[in-house]
Order: sequence, then structure tokens, then C-alpha cells
Amino acid sequence: MIKTLRTIAGIGIVSEAPPAQDDTLRVREALQQEVLAVLGRALCIRQVDAGSCNGCELEIHALNNPIYNIEGLGIRFVASPRHADMLLVTGPVSRHMVTALRRTYDATPDPKLVVAVGNCGCDGGIFGAGYATVGGVAEVIPVDVAVPGCPPSPERLLQGILTAIRVPKPGADAT
Amino acid sequence: MSLQRWWERAESLPGRAAGGRLVVHGGEWLQVATDAAAAGAQLLSLWVTPTVDGAGMAHVALLIDGAVLLLEQMVAAGERYRGLQQLFPAAARMQRAAADLCGIRCDAPDQRPWLRHTAWSAVEAPLACPPATRPASGAAIDDYAFVRVAGDGVHEIAVGPVHAGIIEPGHFRFSVVGEKVLRLEQRLGYLHKGVELRFTELEPCDAHRLAARICGDSTVAYSWAYCQAVEAIAGVQVPLRAVWLRGVCLELERIQNHVGDLGALGNDAGFAFGLAQLARLKEELLRATEVAFGQRYLMDVVVPGGVSVDPASAALAALVIEIGRIAVRVRELRRIYDDHSGVRDRFAGAGVVLPELARQLGLTGLAGRASLQAADLRVDAPWAPYHVLGPVVAVRRDGDVAARVAVRFDEVDESCRLVAAFLSDLPDGATSCTVTLPAAGRHGLGLIEGWRGPVLVALQTTAAGRIQRCHVHDPSWQNWPVLEHAIVGNIVPDFPLINKSFNLSYSGHDL
Repeated sequence: MIKTLRTIAGIGIVSEAPPAQDDTLRVREALQQEVLAVLGRALCIRQVDAGSCNGCELEIHALNNPIYNIEGLGIRFVASPRHADMLLVTGPVSRHMVTALRRTYDATPDPKLVVAVGNCGCDGGIFGAGYATVGGVAEVIPVDVAVPGCPPSPERLLQGILTAIRVPKPGADAT
Repeated sequence: MSLQRWWERAESLPGRAAGGRLVVHGGEWLQVATDAAAAGAQLLSLWVTPTVDGAGMAHVALLIDGAVLLLEQMVAAGERYRGLQQLFPAAARMQRAAADLCGIRCDAPDQRPWLRHTAWSAVEAPLACPPATRPASGAAIDDYAFVRVAGDGVHEIAVGPVHAGIIEPGHFRFSVVGEKVLRLEQRLGYLHKGVELRFTELEPCDAHRLAARICGDSTVAYSWAYCQAVEAIAGVQVPLRAVWLRGVCLELERIQNHVGDLGALGNDAGFAFGLAQLARLKEELLRATEVAFGQRYLMDVVVPGGVSVDPASAALAALVIEIGRIAVRVRELRRIYDDHSGVRDRFAGAGVVLPELARQLGLTGLAGRASLQAADLRVDAPWAPYHVLGPVVAVRRDGDVAARVAVRFDEVDESCRLVAAFLSDLPDGATSCTVTLPAAGRHGLGLIEGWRGPVLVALQTTAAGRIQRCHVHDPSWQNWPVLEHAIVGNIVPDFPLINKSFNLSYSGHDL
């Protein structure tokens, strides 16, 4: 026990400041005002792997480490879509996951946000669309913010999540 | 019967000193497999290549005393080849997958689909004739024939495909009495992305990028195995500096995964301190990796002919210091895990796979080593640079979560030593060479001990030097069925812990 406590005290707080939002990641103007009114600063995320190679998941895991400390920002990952305000979805969406993804989306209460993660989540990436995949997340459910990268860094992911829940800066271009 | 007569008939495998390729007919297929099983062979993979008009070639790769025997047999249209599930139980699912993808079946009793849900029909075979692309309606639900357990008080718990954590999708069907698991049946294939068909659409010297994205946590192992296959066909000798750097990358990948999983295992045992500490160490390792190689997860660092980055010597020196520091911290945390009675209580005796069962079922990789299966390609069939510098193989006999944790801790230590050793005599010179594939149909094999176990890539080119067939195999194929045994008699709440101690790949398996 003393070793555990000494380690905790010895290392101290290692969390870093979060990145600023990046409006270029925005895909569509969602109901940010409404979402903010409902959620305040707290946010619950349900992650859905809809076909990923697991690379994006590794970096999503990193958001929970003490350095990115996403819970320190009032954001946490939850076990059910019914508890979630946001779906964080990786792709490419495999055909065998289409139904599960759609049902997860339907089970998430309104107002809800969707962040597509990774090159494959954005447009299908190297897998594209074929007999077994349908391509990006937007092929199946509406996407608010898309974060490219293979895999995107935790900082970039955090930026995408923060962009989704904040009102666009005046003059920013939504693509 | 001795295997010697079969070895004598085998032709050599390009790029491999030991091993051979043997094309057989009729009853010989089962005879060779039987002789190999009697000689203690390990099943590496089983797959089928469709040829024309419903015919195909069945392949099985076996590892016998460090040598790969690639056994092949033509299967005529409408014929069934002999299933090998009696000799190698892990073959059962591979045969079902081959039937789904190639339309060529074996004579095994279980003819249920495995990778196929609803994306294509039972009469279609994506690798023989790509099905027409359908709209993404996704309305159909797969009606899979799970095995039912009947009895007083028996009920089912269905979990997935979308799980409660940040995990890949798959379905688990538990039959339980009270909290005790009587039976677990897995249903995988949700992540099937048509990888093997996609390979045939890419240029051989560009397809390493797809190989790197089959299983994100094993990107180095997969891209190296793929590049080995390409380089065997091209007959090139990769520069030594590149080979040594590949070794560094593979060991970094092993450390990253083990450190991350050890933290998650602590968390699953209710010890959040372990997760916080080890996740922090993993982050520091990823950052040091990024400084040296320009990337946290080493995607596309291993390329045909060498490596894509030549790290600066200062960055490599910093990496060595960081690795040394991490090794020390992990050792300290190991002592804390070992001293923590609560953690010990959850780890010991959970999810036991006894050595005899592990041998019968062909449990492989790190999970195998925790059940006394002392196999590691880095030692048994060493390739450069492991022929010069190999690891001391970590082996445990208890086969429980504690044993798998111990093997991982041992391997972190050993891989840290290997990274430092590789970097201390890193050869000078070029880090890549030109790879030109001959315009002829050739076979190449890649085989790498990734952090989970052996990763195999079997590549076949067309007469024009393009990809005819690329089969990739994850060690999870062997280990998923064993997890069904490991959970029996345990309580449902221990499943996440037991599952994590194996940490098998869904994406690498579903392809």
C-alpha cells in the first residue's frame, strides 16, 4: 500500500491542457445551441467500432489516460447508447455492422451528435466500399464532425469532440 | 509413418531456409497431415484459393520443428476436401471461413457459415466471383444456429456485437446457471471488410498499406509478414540497417500492447491505479516512438525493401534511455501488482487453460506460453535479426490470468532489452532497396511472431506480377476457440478479465 501511495504522490498530476476547437473538422451545422443548453459542459460518449482495424480504438483509449484526462473536462465514455449524447464512430462501416450501428444511433436520445473517426470513418479509407463495406460512417448515419487520421492522435480526437460541442467561431467555414 | 518421405518430395519455399511446399493428391492430404500431427506439428493456417469454375486449391501451413510445411491439394468443382479438424481443432473455423469466401467445402460435420452473415448469400463466393455491390440497407438480420444448452435454471446471456467498453464488435452467447458459465459460444465476422479481395485490387508494392491496417495493434507484425512474402518473391536482400530497425519496431509494438493491456487488466481486477500508471507509461513510450519514427503506432514504417524512416541517432539514443526508464517503472509496478492481495485474488485461478488442453487445441502465442506451450518463432524459426539476437522465451504452466500477466511482464522486460540491444549495434548503411516483382506466377510466405503470436501472410502473384491471392492469418484464429473453454466454470463477471488476458483480435480474425 505504501508503495502505491508513494508512486501516486511521486508522479503528481500529469494532465495536459486540452487543444482548442478546430472548425475545419465540422461536417454540418448541428444543433449546437440546443445541445449546449441541454448538456451544459458535461458530455457522455458511446464509442462504436463499426469496422475499424482497432488502431483508432487504441488512440480513443488514450483519451482516458491521465495525460489527456478527458474526464477532467467533464466528458466520459458510457456503456450504453441510451446514456449517450454523442456517438464516436470508427469505420469503414462493414455491412455486417450496418444494422447494429443504425440501432445504436436510434437508441441514442435526441439531441445527439456523431463524430466519425479516422480516414476509414471519414470515407472508407483504404478499404473503400465493396461487397463487405459501405464506406464512411456518413453512409449510414448523419455525421456532425469528421476527424481524419490513421489513426488520429488523441489531441486531434479531443479537438474533434470539443468542436462538436461548441458553437462555431464567427467567420469559421464549415466544410 | 515418418515425415521424412514427405519432406523429400517437397519443393523449396522461396526466401525460407527451412521448409517446403508439397502438392499432394487424393488420400495423401490427410496422410501428410496425420503424420505431421503425430510429429507434433503446429497448425499455422488453413485456406483455399479459388481457381476456375468452382474448383480451387486447398492449402494448409504447418510448423514442424521450426520448418514450415505448406501442403496443397487441388479440389475439383463440387468435390469436398478432407477436413483436418480431428487433427487440429482450430482448423474447424478456418474451413468454414474458406467455404464462405471461396465456395469450396470440406467434409466436416459443422457446415454453418462463419464469416458470412448477410453481406452475401450462401451461393456466392466473394473470392471466386465478387458479389454485386448492394445498397447499404442492412435490414436483414443474421439467423445463426447457436448451440442451445437445456436444463433446469439454465438461461442465456447474449452480449454484443456492440460491447459496453471501447472494444471491437463480436457476439458472445453465454449459457449460465446462476452466475456460473456452462458454455460460451462466439459469433464473429462483424468486422469482415473483404480484405483478401481488396488485396487483389492493389499493386503488390503498395499493398503493404492494407496489410498494416488489418489489425491496428499489430501493424508492424502484419506489414513485416507481408513484406517478407513480397521480398521472397522478388528475391531481394533487405539492407541490414532496415532489418535491425524492423526488429526495433516489432519489439516496440510488443511493449506498447503489453503495457497497455497490463494496465487494463489491473483495472478489470478493480485496481484503477494500475491502469492510470501503465497508461501513462504507454503514452510516454508512444511519444518517444513518435520522436524517433515520426509516428505513435508505426503504420507503414515497414515497407517492401526496407523501412520508410531512418531515425536520427539522437532520437534513437533518447528512445533507448526512455525504454530503460520504462522497464524500471514496469518492474516497480509488477511488484505492486504481486503484493496486492485483491489483484492476486482476481488473477489466480481465473480462466485456466491447462497445458494438455492448450496442446490439444493448439493454443498459440503469448497465451500458449502461459500454458506451457514454449513456442516462439523468434527462437524456433528465427529470421533476421532474431537469428543473431533472440529473446529468452517466457513460459508459465498455470494457464490462468495470473500466468498470462506474468508472461506479459516478462516479455516487456525482454523486449526492452532487445530494443536496446538492436539499437546498440545498429548497422550503418541504406534503409531500403528497390523491389521489382518478376512477371511470373510465384508464391511467397511471410511469418512473424507478433505480440499475440504468429502472423502469417501467403502471397501468390499472377503471370503479370500482380496479386492473385493474398491470405493473411492472425493467431486469434487458434485462440478464440480456446477462450470458449477457458471461461467454462468461471463466473460471468470474470469474463472481461479473462477475455482481456487473451486480448484477441476481432479485425485480424474477421478480415
